[in-house]
Amino acid sequence: MGVFDPIIELSRGLGETLRSFLVEKTVTYQYPEEKRPVRPRFRGRHELKRYDNGLEKCIGCSLCAAACPADAIFVEASENTDEKRFSPGERYASTYEINMLRCIYCGFCEDACPTEAIVLGDNYELSFTDRKQAIYTKDMLLVPVASEQMLTPRKVEPNVFKRSVPEMKDSTD
Amino acid sequence: MTKQVTLTINGKQVTVPEGLTVADAAKVAGIDIPVFCHHPKLEPVGMCRMCLVEIGRPMLDRASGQVVMENGQPKIQFMPKLETACTNRVSEGMVVMTSSEKAVSGQKGTVEFLLTSHPLDCPVCDKGGECPLQNLTMQFGPGKSRFIYDEKLHLDKQVPLGELIWLDRERCIQCARCIRFQDEIAGEAVLGFDDRGRGTQIISVSDPGFDSVFSGNTTDICPVGALTTADFRFGARPWELEAQASICTQCPVGCNTTLNTRREAKAGGDVVVKRVMPRQNEEVNEIWLCDKGRFAYHYTESKERLTKPMIRKDGKLARVPWNAATKFAAEKFSAHKKDFVVLASGRLANEDLFNLKSLADTAGGTAILYSDMGGGELTQLVGVGAGTNIGTMGKGDAILVIASDLYEEAPIWWLRIKQAADRGATLIVANPRQTKLDRFAKYTIRYAYGDEMKTVADFGKKSKIADEFAKAKNAMVFFGSEGLGVNGTSALASACAALLKESDHVGRPNNGLVGVWQRANDQGAFEVGFKPEADLEKALKGKAVYIVGADPVGDDPNLAKALKGAKFVAVQDILETATTEIADAVFPAQAFTEREGTYVSGERRVQRFHAAVPIKGDSKPDFAIVSMVARQMGIILEGSSPSVVFDILANSIDAFNELSYEKLAEVHGQWPIVGRGDLYYGGTTYENTRGLGVQLVPVAQVGGTVRISKVRKEAALRPKEKELLAVPVNKLYDLGVTIQSAELLGQRVGEAFVAMNPVTVKKLGLEVGKPAKISFDGVNVEAVLKVDDTISTGVVLVPRSMGIAIREPVVARVLRSESGKVK
Repeated sequence: MGVFDPIIELSRGLGETLRSFLVEKTVTYQYPEEKRPVRPRFRGRHELKRYDNGLEKCIGCSLCAAACPADAIFVEASENTDEKRFSPGERYASTYEINMLRCIYCGFCEDACPTEAIVLGDNYELSFTDRKQAIYTKDMLLVPVASEQMLTPRKVEPNVFKRSVPEMKDSTD
Repeated sequence: MTKQVTLTINGKQVTVPEGLTVADAAKVAGIDIPVFCHHPKLEPVGMCRMCLVEIGRPMLDRASGQVVMENGQPKIQFMPKLETACTNRVSEGMVVMTSSEKAVSGQKGTVEFLLTSHPLDCPVCDKGGECPLQNLTMQFGPGKSRFIYDEKLHLDKQVPLGELIWLDRERCIQCARCIRFQDEIAGEAVLGFDDRGRGTQIISVSDPGFDSVFSGNTTDICPVGALTTADFRFGARPWELEAQASICTQCPVGCNTTLNTRREAKAGGDVVVKRVMPRQNEEVNEIWLCDKGRFAYHYTESKERLTKPMIRKDGKLARVPWNAATKFAAEKFSAHKKDFVVLASGRLANEDLFNLKSLADTAGGTAILYSDMGGGELTQLVGVGAGTNIGTMGKGDAILVIASDLYEEAPIWWLRIKQAADRGATLIVANPRQTKLDRFAKYTIRYAYGDEMKTVADFGKKSKIADEFAKAKNAMVFFGSEGLGVNGTSALASACAALLKESDHVGRPNNGLVGVWQRANDQGAFEVGFKPEADLEKALKGKAVYIVGADPVGDDPNLAKALKGAKFVAVQDILETATTEIADAVFPAQAFTEREGTYVSGERRVQRFHAAVPIKGDSKPDFAIVSMVARQMGIILEGSSPSVVFDILANSIDAFNELSYEKLAEVHGQWPIVGRGDLYYGGTTYENTRGLGVQLVPVAQVGGTVRISKVRKEAALRPKEKELLAVPVNKLYDLGVTIQSAELLGQRVGEAFVAMNPVTVKKLGLEVGKPAKISFDGVNVEAVLKVDDTISTGVVLVPRSMGIAIREPVVARVLRSESGKVK
């Protein structure tokens, strides 16, 4: 081993550092100012989706709660009327709660949903200072609407929204 | 014993009674054949074609009629096509294949066809999760449809058949179970098919819609979500519900029920009863439940529930701790020991009544049953024998129903007696007016109100009816309180008991006397020694009264007056009532849904109920409160465990000898097999796993001496000219607290009314539908006047618990009609 060997090794290493500093792109992010984009199938905080007309997709069927392995979801249903309509069809969720401390973000709820109402979104910034805060209620989960006329519940034309489960294009859908 | 038949199903040898269908025989063998329209309680129709199986029978030689043998075995000849298992009765040597390739393809095809018009909206359907169509599609369906989804037939989705039952026409698979139930079992053909082919629809043919008190049962046996109840509508998904065994508290039948509960946000996070379902007990309610039992549970969750003990301080009720409240009452009771009266109703459990009776006895007071009916000591003597089951009565048996409108008072007894009559039992209905049971009676006897005793006495004379009754193999008598008070019913009961004894219809199963009591556990109250009092006013005036589970102030202004003159009034109840308002001390009790206990049904069956929901507020079970009060009076009564109270009760009352909670919890196999995984077979009725109860043995059956004291025949009230005879009758849906909290049933109640014959109305110059002012025995009331031409003239019918109080027949006078004419 020569006398200069350590110096050579050191400069080789520093050279690599210099190379990556000059040539390679930065892989770290300045979180929280800067956020890393998530993958398309990322499973973050849930959202309750709406149809284009603003009506809630959720029909309160409770299948998400049944599918949930962590028993994190509580759903209670009530009846829609044309005077006070939340969702298409007869039934809507009058209570929808997810306990985010229990949730394991497995996405089974999303799979179980017959109307694609519940979707695990991109939001991973969940922190709470007490257990109660971890329970997300329906108004926290519902996505916002574009205009005030689209808010639910609202009065709709009678006998238009008779069916809960959307019509499928064909039987293989 | 019926002839046994041996057949082979899927290679398994099965021996079953002759007359069973193949589908039922397979069920006995533990092989499930899928069905939709077939129900073990209904006659087969073969409408849905789901139960297609291959059936082969031993080949017979045409010439000799002998079975053709092949290799030492009978040669089996299979039909070229599939047959329905539900319409073919078993025969000797039959071979059935339920899962051969051919049978499976037939079943698959049927499901595929049924689904062509089914909306598949399972996520919003109340049946989803306990749906035979769902289950059978998963188990037997093709998994894929060859039909185009867009070509589904769309029909009306939310059709109210009546105010209790909703119909979804798209979901209906036209199995006709509901129609057949109403036709065959309930005997009220209020449903029917309309149109034909693909347009076939269920319609209600009655006005008001679905006019039957058994309508809820159709939702149980509906194999799809076509019929659902308005009460439960979207209440929860079936898999989220907890189930707890209970007993219905609405009438003396004592139907076995299951309470389905769930935590609910609407109820502020409490666990609440979501629905009441029948629980199988073939000797009591089979698998049925009336609408009152099914929908009138809401009172237990009423906002008017008492939650804290209170005592009167400076004229106002103030909340105090339990100790202070019980001490306050105990001091007053001790101070007025001679005037101590316990007034309790048959709403209470045996444990409560036993503790109350012990308290009254030890303290030297009297125990009075709050009821208009007497005769309970006679049902203990000559009541129905242990082993009684109306479901086994038929040809050669006789049933006499006197002074009772069973349809209004005990619907499930009505249903079972009607079926006994269908099977050939001689049904004799004796009532002053027409009732719904008359249609099924072989003999109908009409008598004038007041002539009940004479009517029964006539059975002693020679007549066709009396003869048939006397010669019957088994005979039961149901007596009620139509137009009778305590004295009248006591006299009637003794006349009926004497009749049964003379014709030797006592001391055996399916023989004896049954009281159609006003409350669920009146029989239990009689068993522990409570007795009703004809002159309650006198019995309460100037006394220190402990009222438990009764509302005398709200029921009767005369009693209110009497209680105002009482020395002290303590009231123990679950709800705020008019009586709690005048009380000096109020103790909040637990409803039957919150605690454990036992009831005795009218047929003297002791049955257990269990706690299903958490306790409301500071309420305690009745027997525990009684024990607390007793302790403050220096009397030690068990107050912690209902089973221990029951053990003490069993030790001190002969009829309950050797009974215990464990014994009451025993079950044995029942037919049909229902409530297991295969809901398509029997419906959503629950299987009984928590106890069938035990029937008490009447004195006559153990060979004890039966002495029936002759009751003095009271002179019948005969009103003078321009006077009316007012008689109390019972209504199923009345204005009592248990119904008032059930909004849905309220629609069938209406307002307070009195009813008369149109001729009487005309004679008195009254107007129908308008309020009439009538004076009953000095009490003036105003009530809407209804007409009913089955009522005899000169009589005014006053429904009990409808705001007008008469406890026995009285003379009434019309004061003034609405038009101002003074009569």
